[in-house]
Amino acid sequence: MIQLQNLSKTFVTGNGKLIAVDNVNINVKQGEIFGIIGYSGAGKSTLIRLLNGLEKPTSGSVIVNGHEISSSSGQALRSARQKVSMIFQHFNLLWSRTVEDNIAFPLEIAGVSKTQRTERVKELIELVGLTGREKSFPSQLSGGQKQRVGIARALANNPEVLLCDEATSALDPETTDAILELLVDINKRLGLTIVLITHEMHVIRKICHRVAVMEAGKVVEMGSVLEIFQTPEQDITKRFVAQINGPEEAGETIAHLVEQYPSGKLVKLVFVGDNTEQPVLSRLIKQYQVEVNIVQGNIAQTQNGAYGTLYLQIEGDSLAINEAINYLHEQDVQTEVISND
Amino acid sequence: MIEELLPNVDWDKMWEATLETLYMTAMATAFTFVIGLALGILLFLTSPHQVWANKVVNWLTGAFVNIFRSIPFIILIILLIPFTKFLLDTIRGANAALPALIIGAAPFYARMVLIALREIDKGVVEAARSMGAKTSTIIWKVLLPESLPALLSGLTVTAIALVGYTAMAGIIGAGGLGTLAFLDGFQRSREDVTVVSTIIILLIVFIIQWVGDTITAKADKR
Repeated sequence: MIQLQNLSKTFVTGNGKLIAVDNVNINVKQGEIFGIIGYSGAGKSTLIRLLNGLEKPTSGSVIVNGHEISSSSGQALRSARQKVSMIFQHFNLLWSRTVEDNIAFPLEIAGVSKTQRTERVKELIELVGLTGREKSFPSQLSGGQKQRVGIARALANNPEVLLCDEATSALDPETTDAILELLVDINKRLGLTIVLITHEMHVIRKICHRVAVMEAGKVVEMGSVLEIFQTPEQDITKRFVAQINGPEEAGETIAHLVEQYPSGKLVKLVFVGDNTEQPVLSRLIKQYQVEVNIVQGNIAQTQNGAYGTLYLQIEGDSLAINEAINYLHEQDVQTEVISND
Repeated sequence: MIEELLPNVDWDKMWEATLETLYMTAMATAFTFVIGLALGILLFLTSPHQVWANKVVNWLTGAFVNIFRSIPFIILIILLIPFTKFLLDTIRGANAALPALIIGAAPFYARMVLIALREIDKGVVEAARSMGAKTSTIIWKVLLPESLPALLSGLTVTAIALVGYTAMAGIIGAGGLGTLAFLDGFQRSREDVTVVSTIIILLIVFIIQWVGDTITAKADKR
């Protein structure tokens, strides 16, 4: 759907050249929610603006659904933009227009007739859940409602791609979740390809299928969200993953756990993907004469399934314990015994 | 009672002069609005990082605006006498005052338009561009509506300045309350005529201010 090939963007500033995007290669598939994460200044804002031609690349190409955006200009670029719409961190609504007129704006630009506009606006207002607020001005809306207007506006011309520029960064956690759910819903219902940039890992975890990690203009790591959470390779990726998992369990804390739970056996289980949904634990307890204590744990949902780790203390006679551990090994769960009596 | 207090005031003449002042102010404000708006938009769009970024055009427009904004109005009228004569074949009467009034006020308003446009959130313009809007659409549907309150309050200030300008133009024979106050009042030592003319000018200014403020407040949905 979207191909970025050897894409670079250099800005000439007073203090010399600034390489904002450095030789980026990304392929985003049709219907995918693709996340780009990085700290501010990593070049992600510039990158997303290259996708709809708001910025022109210094070198390389941007192809969206067969159109080469990077080399288009004038009318060709303007029509292409109607199929690659964008939502913004600060919503960027026209304060002078009501909700319905804001949503009608891209339709006016596309030259849609008045009667068709009215009809389409009505549909969109229902889709984003703003019924009853049609005549309100943006200043009378909450942040979440403003972003719903932004989303409705972005969907007006039936785009193929939706670009989200830190779309939830100005919202509180609860509203963020509601907006993210709306994006997933739109992605599923309309088959819309979504590219989003963010600095918040929970946004990636919650809705993205794949993620690219950006640092100093480069994509340093890319893969499915589950993969990235499971085996982050770069330091920066580990830091982002730690935003959600908490810091990696250091040897010291494990030693501490062993000390705190001296009896029985301490077992670490790593769940990835579908296994998490199987009742591994309840079967373990029902089938074996052991006591199971959950000592520490962390399971999170992503778009490609759940992942997480669980520390268990298993007590009982040693035969039963061994049988129980064998059972765990047979399951599709990574099992590691970290202490013996 | 009023006759005794204001023995020299000819109310018919006063009314006629008031209408002339109103006519000059209204016409000059209308032309100033259009020309100042065009100049202001040109200044804005040719400035760096804007769609028509162009150093030469920006510099020339800026120089024109600054020069005509800086010339004291009373001198500008005199300088423009040949131009007015060429344009209208006369230098007397309300219409003859219009070229000078407009050329004096439009650059002033252009600056205010520029300030108003600079205040617009860049993100909104970016959003319009991301939807595929043409520059003309951005001007008519984003820049002007989004800066409307500032454009209107700027126009109010300009219209009030123009009332003052018409009085100055009156001194060289444009007609209106300025002429009446100066020729009938000051030069013939009829203070009552000057005072009444001044009070009417003040009333006009207050009304313009009140109307301007009301409309501006109504236009502002922020």
